[in-house]
Amino acid sequence: MLAKRIIPCLDIKDGQTVKGIEFENLQLVGDSVKLGKYYSDNGADELVFLDITASHEKRKTLSKLVTRIAKEINIPFTVGGGISSLQDAAAILSAGADKITVNSSAIKNPELISLIAQKFGSQFIVLAIDARLENNQWVVYKNGGRIKTELELFSWSKQAQYLGCGEILFTSMNHDGTKNGFALEPLKLLTKNLNIPVIASGGAGSIKDFETVFSYAGVEAALAASVFHYKEIEIKKLKRQLSLHGISVRDYQ
Amino acid sequence: MKIAIIKYNAGNIQSVAFALERLGIKPVVTDNREIIQKADKVIFPGVGEASSTMDYLRQSKLNTLIPILKQPVLGICLGMQLMCNYSMEGNTRCLGIFDEKVEKFPPKNKVPHMGWNTINNLNGPLFKGLPKNSYVYFVHSYFVNTSLYSIAECNYIQPFSAALQKNNFFATQFHPERSGKTGEIILKNFITL
Repeated sequence: MLAKRIIPCLDIKDGQTVKGIEFENLQLVGDSVKLGKYYSDNGADELVFLDITASHEKRKTLSKLVTRIAKEINIPFTVGGGISSLQDAAAILSAGADKITVNSSAIKNPELISLIAQKFGSQFIVLAIDARLENNQWVVYKNGGRIKTELELFSWSKQAQYLGCGEILFTSMNHDGTKNGFALEPLKLLTKNLNIPVIASGGAGSIKDFETVFSYAGVEAALAASVFHYKEIEIKKLKRQLSLHGISVRDYQ
Repeated sequence: MKIAIIKYNAGNIQSVAFALERLGIKPVVTDNREIIQKADKVIFPGVGEASSTMDYLRQSKLNTLIPILKQPVLGICLGMQLMCNYSMEGNTRCLGIFDEKVEKFPPKNKVPHMGWNTINNLNGPLFKGLPKNSYVYFVHSYFVNTSLYSIAECNYIQPFSAALQKNNFFATQFHPERSGKTGEIILKNFITL
């Protein structure tokens, strides 16, 4: 049985892990490679590293960090942040990453999704979508949630799937950092409407939140940061609980 | 112990090299026929698209080398698919080591089959020391049916071959280099064959 995936997310800035509370007031929470290794040894199914300050000058630093991570950990990991061309994607792939996420660059140039998918396969490209519920519509934001776009969550994700994207990572800006649970309704709709896996992000606060997002919304994976970084939830314990509730997870002992 | 990883235009070669380094082995990543032929073990990794990869293998003449290797060979993911006769992906004639065809998953569930799934009916030295229903990491849209070459099976949409073996040729549809401790045991078993 295909297991539901638990994915700690590590926001990185200059090689250090930070977690933005609602994208503002960044706080350092530790060394990215050490944290990544800790999670891979303690039940994480996959890791996501988002370079939130990626700029062209820092591209080389990111590649080096990706290689350090790839050397240490033995589970799949995804790298995102500032990837805006086929060359950027190729550099991250050859540094050792399994997947990349694109966000703002794909909004600017949707064709980037098909270019990357054709060259490296759909499994290599994850589209990250930050959206906020406004007047009954999930409005897509870019540039780390700072700039509003014309796009709407459901049509944008459908278009991305058509272009060859392999997974959708949806962060609800209304829920991110609140620890009040995931955005269940849009996640349920996304999962139903798409033929590619959906990763839920934003709002994880308790074990119950994970249980609900899997059993109610049906997502393939759930991502969180601070509840794991501050050890409010231990992944092993989380998996044991999920398993007790009939949700299939990998190695939870 | 000399382990050669076949270098070609595919992704994830680095991940396989790192996984071996974690086991204390420094592999050679190469497309040099002589080095490959002389290695104790050969790994044929792969993430990518079948037809363009076969074109590359033909250009570099690796297509005639791989099927005649005598040492243990381990194909991974696309590597395994290319070791079959034919792939529906890009309507591609492949290396023909396993007399099998590679088909696309019907869209009855999400494709690609991505994530951790259990393998069973484990057979042979590659899976020594592993309990049944061990979890390994898969990412693929195409599959090989279960057959007489199957040494491990998985079920997603339908039962399919998680691993194949014929004489010195071993192959896994999943990624041992990304499959945590379970993957490490499988790689270690291959190295110590």
